[in-house]
Amino acid sequence: MKKYPPFNNVILDVILPWPTAAAMLTALAMVFLYVPTERVQGAAQRIFYFHLPSAWMAFLGFFIVAGASAAFLWQGNRSADLLARAAAEVGMVFCTLVLLTGPIWARPIWGVWWTWDPRLTMTLVLWLIYAAYVLLRVFAGDTETVARYAAVLGIIGVIDIPILYIAIRLWRGIHPKVEQMAPEMAWTLLVCTGAFMCLFTWLLWLRLQSLHLRDDIIALRQHILTSS
Amino acid sequence: MSYLFAAFSIVWIVIFLYVLSISRRQRALAREVETLRQMTQKEPSSPSS
Repeated sequence: MKKYPPFNNVILDVILPWPTAAAMLTALAMVFLYVPTERVQGAAQRIFYFHLPSAWMAFLGFFIVAGASAAFLWQGNRSADLLARAAAEVGMVFCTLVLLTGPIWARPIWGVWWTWDPRLTMTLVLWLIYAAYVLLRVFAGDTETVARYAAVLGIIGVIDIPILYIAIRLWRGIHPKVEQMAPEMAWTLLVCTGAFMCLFTWLLWLRLQSLHLRDDIIALRQHILTSS
Repeated sequence: MSYLFAAFSIVWIVIFLYVLSISRRQRALAREVETLRQMTQKEPSSPSS
């Protein structure tokens, strides 16, 4: 039987929330007070500084799902499976943010909330794949078979990310590409990415802890049942 | 400007709701672990972990 709490990390438990909060507030201040307004798109372009880091964090989350799922399939490591499950959920939160902020940015620039642009479509497909993964983990039970099916889905799903990246070149979409930007814009993007990275790490840690706690409960229940 | 406000509000609301949901789940689980631990400690014949 595992001891409670399952694992402790002072940096992630106590220290990380504070730099995360500070970084998020700094990012917000930079977006609204520091970075100049883009000449063509105006104020709406500032959505980009939270939209793009959200997309990167979603991709990071799904790459972790694929890596941890591969480790689980290869070694049968329960911790890897829990990491994949936590990363899928956190990745889904960031992917949802991409799909919510994208249309709000598109409306004043393109005149429509949504268009079936290749990159937008592939992002929606990515969201659906990992929504299926999360639903599978929540509703299909916590068995070895379900974990294996989910791991395969988690690995296959990540193939969508490189397709999403080359979609613009393959099908000539209207989604903007990040090429050159003013130093103030690059700095703001860097700070926002750092803030989102801290947030991602903290959320992943929180989710992972609750999954380990759930495992502890199952172990404790089994222990009580066998000893009674 | 209203689009910008809407986008940033949504980002903060989603993050806040997710953190709230994790902390609620975690508190409920921690409480259950504590209850189960107390149950195992009450049993005189339970083996040490």
